Amino acid sequence: MFEIVEKKQLAQGTICMFKVMAPRIARKTKPGQFVILRANEKGERIPLTVAEAHPTEGWIRIYFQVVGKTTAMLSLMEPGDAIKDVIGPLGLPTHVEKWGTVLCVGGGLGVAVLYPVARAFFEAGNYVIAIIGARTKDLLILEDEMRAVCNELYVTTDDGSYGHHGFVTDVARKILQERKDVKMVMGIGPVPMMRFLCKTTEPFGVKTMVSLNPIMVDGTGMCGACRVRVGGETKFCCVHGPDFDGHQVDFDELTKRLAMYVPQERMAYDKFKAEVGAGGGR
Amino acid sequence: MNAKDPGPGKQKKERLPRQPMPEQPPRERIKNFREVPLGYTVEQAMAEASRCLRCKKPGCVPGCPVEVDIPGFISLICEGKFFEAAAKIRETNSLPAVCGRVCPQEDQCEKGCVLGKKWEPVAIGRLERFVADYDRTYGRFEMPAMDPPTGKRVAVVGSGPAGLTLAGDLIKKGHEVTIFEALHEPGGVLIYGIPEFRLPKEIVNAEVNYLKRLGVRIETDVVVGKTVTVDELLEEEGYHAVFLGVGAGLPVFMNIPGENLCGIYSANEYLTRSNLMKAYLFPEYDTPIAVGKNVVVLGAGNVAMDAARTALRLGAETVRIVYRRSRQEMPARAEEIHHAEEEGIIFELLTNPVRFIGDERGWVKAMECVRMELGEPDSSGRRRPIPIPGSEFILETDMAIVAIGTMANPLIPSTTPGLETNRWGYIVTDETGRTSKEGVWAGGDIVTGAATVILAMGAGRKAAKAIHEYLMSK
Repeated sequence: MFEIVEKKQLAQGTICMFKVMAPRIARKTKPGQFVILRANEKGERIPLTVAEAHPTEGWIRIYFQVVGKTTAMLSLMEPGDAIKDVIGPLGLPTHVEKWGTVLCVGGGLGVAVLYPVARAFFEAGNYVIAIIGARTKDLLILEDEMRAVCNELYVTTDDGSYGHHGFVTDVARKILQERKDVKMVMGIGPVPMMRFLCKTTEPFGVKTMVSLNPIMVDGTGMCGACRVRVGGETKFCCVHGPDFDGHQVDFDELTKRLAMYVPQERMAYDKFKAEVGAGGGR
Repeated sequence: MNAKDPGPGKQKKERLPRQPMPEQPPRERIKNFREVPLGYTVEQAMAEASRCLRCKKPGCVPGCPVEVDIPGFISLICEGKFFEAAAKIRETNSLPAVCGRVCPQEDQCEKGCVLGKKWEPVAIGRLERFVADYDRTYGRFEMPAMDPPTGKRVAVVGSGPAGLTLAGDLIKKGHEVTIFEALHEPGGVLIYGIPEFRLPKEIVNAEVNYLKRLGVRIETDVVVGKTVTVDELLEEEGYHAVFLGVGAGLPVFMNIPGENLCGIYSANEYLTRSNLMKAYLFPEYDTPIAVGKNVVVLGAGNVAMDAARTALRLGAETVRIVYRRSRQEMPARAEEIHHAEEEGIIFELLTNPVRFIGDERGWVKAMECVRMELGEPDSSGRRRPIPIPGSEFILETDMAIVAIGTMANPLIPSTTPGLETNRWGYIVTDETGRTSKEGVWAGGDIVTGAATVILAMGAGRKAAKAIHEYLMSK
């Protein structure tokens, strides 16, 4: 059992942060790695990236968005409650080196995943330019935290309520046009965002890494649920990833595979909402 | 069975026919996940036991990888001493209820039975199952003889058959034993792989609980190689020896076009969803599983039979086993093939998949196959299947399960300096399971490649003996 010691609601309650006691995992986690979590005895196993790990205090910080039954159930848990299973750290850590100038692009919940990576790049001595976006101002997360770990921060909102009116890719294109010294782009966010980011950076010939989040079961290479096509080859995201060269990723296949259980997910979520009452899970 | 019945009036004790075991009828059982064979009654077990000739030089015992005293436990059944019979088996086999169900007895103990030369062999597996179940249901837990504490600590990585056997042996020798399991439940393949209808999970849990009562500690959710490394167990956590019984868990795919379409599973994923995650009870349990209408299963081993029979129980209309060789080469146990056929699984033999065809949503809708013929024997001694030109055809399907084998997971070798592996990634050991790394043993599928439960148990037993000697000499 893994105790929740702190909880915070962000982005108008659509995103939830937990600080969870997991001493073994906290000791080993590096930026870019994830955990698999199971809320209770009947729960499914879902992967969540670790946003921060404290090796001596023994806790990890995770963020999730309420999108279905499991995340709705989790969002109802409170400090003092315990998550049945947390397994990790899984996947390969993000490759960090001193490239010079790097561009970090995050959208929605992806900003929480981007944060430890941007920090690692920053601490490695890179000049970090970050672009973070959300649909609207109130849904933007971790702006202050991001600002503290980068040299330049740009904010975008789809509706123009804050920062640049438009998408993160607009700003990314502008930056790549203006400065030729960007050596590496890291993009983390919803699949459509990562896909368009890769399309945007491709003509500039800048290496673009993305962190993928396909459906997983065990997370240790045992099942192959998370297979993704990268450069024409099948990779298991849980052991070969989650970071891949975005210009090589078959986003079309990834999108279709992510939709594999949509009818069941919808059914389970509706049933859950009916059980906990109107507005349940939120 | 009755063909070998000596007929009325001529019945001698040893000529009693092999006692059949009652089973759920096929039509009924394909609608549920309950166990198929129902087990012997006391009367049936005693009748079957009475068939044993108690050979001076038994042919059955050498066939058993853990050398159970088979005539010994069968004699005890004849005397009605069922608890004693169970204890007799437990002297060398820590998982009798499991082995009585999943061992390939026809290739092991029962193959050597003298009665089998002329008639039918004693149903050793069914008798083993009977006493183990009787003991679990009616027996009282009694602590076995335990040696005094040695102060030595052993870490066991993986809680499958090899790890459980080794843990049981070493705890009785007075060592402190901790099992680390990567998944959230202990049991390894017995939990995630073998379906409920072939091995009820309650039995595995009972075996695990038995070990816990003996004092074995089990830490689930620990992925050795990630959460903690072998070196950290030895150097920082104070373990004096480590046993690696992690299995061969990586699924092998066909590597043909379209294999990543939705609706195509590895057998590992399909069975893990159904067995470990209980997706067959969705939505009571949260893990979903796709329900195919026309399912194809690629491969013809025990895992393929398990996947095919699971698909049927989840509601498939047709389930086909697609296998590139002929019936004789199918690696599954005869009993599994028989059960699958009884349940209406269709066998497409001498057939090989060429590619999968998808619909606009990215789901599989058909599989192109080619018919095969058998040519000259290959390096494995089996006749090589060769495609027949022009025999390609399309099989409509909305779900495919790839059950063509597994490989070694590189997680531990890649994070354990000094641990030697062979070119397929399996860990190299001597006959006692000792690896190239001081204080580290390995056994089961991670050494041999995918094999059976009982062989993994045998490896666990041997390594336990070697680790005990190592610890006591230090």
